[in-house]
Amino acid sequence: MRGKVWKYGDHIDTDVIIPARYLNDPDPAALASHCMVDIDESFAGGVQNGDIMVGGWNFGCGSSREHAPVAIQASGVSCVIAASFARIFYRNSINIGFPILECPEASAAINAGDIVSVDTKTGVITDETTGESFQAKPFPEFIDNIIEKGGLLAYLKDKQI
Amino acid sequence: MGMTMTQKILAAHAGLPEVQAGDLIEAKLDIVLGNDVTTPVAIGVFEKAGFTEVFDNEKIVITLDHYTPCKDIKSAELCVTARDFARKHNIKHFYDVGTVGIEHALLPEQGIVGPGDCIIGADSHTCTYGALGAFSTGVGSTDMAAGMASGLNWFKVPPAIKVELSGKPGPCVSGKDVILHLIGEIGVDGALYKSLEFTGEGVAELSMDDRFTISNMAIEAGGKNGIFPVDDRTREYIKDRFKREPAVFEADPDAEYERVVKIDLSALEPTVSMPHLPSNTKTVKEVEGLPIDQVVIGSCTNGRMSDMRSAAAILKGKKIADNVRCIIIPATQQIYLDCMEEGLLKVFIEAGCAVSAPTCGPCLGGHMGVMAAGERAVATTNRNFIGRMGHTQSEVILASPAVAAASALAGCVADPRGICGE
Repeated sequence: MRGKVWKYGDHIDTDVIIPARYLNDPDPAALASHCMVDIDESFAGGVQNGDIMVGGWNFGCGSSREHAPVAIQASGVSCVIAASFARIFYRNSINIGFPILECPEASAAINAGDIVSVDTKTGVITDETTGESFQAKPFPEFIDNIIEKGGLLAYLKDKQI
Repeated sequence: MGMTMTQKILAAHAGLPEVQAGDLIEAKLDIVLGNDVTTPVAIGVFEKAGFTEVFDNEKIVITLDHYTPCKDIKSAELCVTARDFARKHNIKHFYDVGTVGIEHALLPEQGIVGPGDCIIGADSHTCTYGALGAFSTGVGSTDMAAGMASGLNWFKVPPAIKVELSGKPGPCVSGKDVILHLIGEIGVDGALYKSLEFTGEGVAELSMDDRFTISNMAIEAGGKNGIFPVDDRTREYIKDRFKREPAVFEADPDAEYERVVKIDLSALEPTVSMPHLPSNTKTVKEVEGLPIDQVVIGSCTNGRMSDMRSAAAILKGKKIADNVRCIIIPATQQIYLDCMEEGLLKVFIEAGCAVSAPTCGPCLGGHMGVMAAGERAVATTNRNFIGRMGHTQSEVILASPAVAAASALAGCVADPRGICGE
């Protein structure tokens, strides 16, 4: 994964990722068209496939709406790096098979517009613009299995319940 | 090593003699909940994965409460999806316009949830049922789909923060002031991934409605759940409501807590959260006089009967200020009916308030009270994020029903003490 960074601050809540007024249409493309609009009107129009979102502490706090990681994923973002994630956003991302990486050092050092590459297997994050690299916390094996199967439902199906 | 109350409930539902913080477990679910925003997404996931049967049609609850009565064509289509699914799978606890209430007031009221349960809901405020001594947590739509299909879900066993309550709350201080104060103390990620376990002699001084309000906002501190011990008040509340056998769990004396936070209830003052984070707390004294345009009294946090009574005691025989709209939303049809029978609807309407059928509406800027740029509300809701109740340049101040009602009369943020009495 490699792309340009869209950088945001601490406590980015799901109401700004996708405001509730747009939740009446859960189509991923419709959600993507309003993603981040309340704090960054340039995002939905400017984001390119493969771009990377970087947030601060407690990214994705607030509502349980799965529409939030779906909106980011459908906008073309390949992964989110943050200092920490709110727990429901974390679950939702894993459950839909969307890669997220927790790394306070990367979150603090990476700048908006940097070109960053990410290896989700090893958790190595490289800021190609500055030449710095960072190590994200690896997922527990159980969670790795869910992501590898392509999400929670595929994992459940595989278990033949 | 001892277990916390939450850990004991999780261990019992995972069929394990004991669990420790950090363990990944698979637990049996007693109730799986969703609403009109999250259920249609869950249905899509459920069907796309090829599931055709739900695990138990009596353990799934679907409430059409967020955008109902439907605010537009798209939200009506979401309800059609949920309604068709509920009929097809003969979902026992399906609540549509006319019977629906705001989910987290409705489920306890109807006796659907009770002590010792393991509950997931595709709504972040599902943590509310911790007030009954249940493990209850908010999840997303894919989790809901998995829960509907299998009756199971995965959890990481949380560590805990013990919140020790002592003393008795003073006049005009309620559960809302307790939880806003706590979030102000520990921050919006102070309990991230953790349980908040409320204990201490102060618990007995809190009504069930106070406890629901406190557990409800555990998520606003990042918490996985917020749980209260089961006592005589809990037993009295579930009597005649909860039909299953309640399972009462207690934390072990040697349970491990990452942190202990002590709150003397008698020292608390009416508290508000200023824009744009619930942790941005002030005492009402510090910000009184700030002009407002709207007051909302309702939501899954504060739309219960004691909230209605608290507001009515302040509004009775008075008129709200000319510059303010006051919207009051009883959280369930039963509460609406009780308000009518107790004469509270008359009090509200004569004071100049609009009273609505149950809906989450304005809390999430959905409908029934969306604000324009530059407007400011005092609301008994749970979030004051940017744009939460409408325009990104509108503001929400979170408060108790007493503070909200006093502010509606004054036309600005106001201290209810002196009006609400002892």
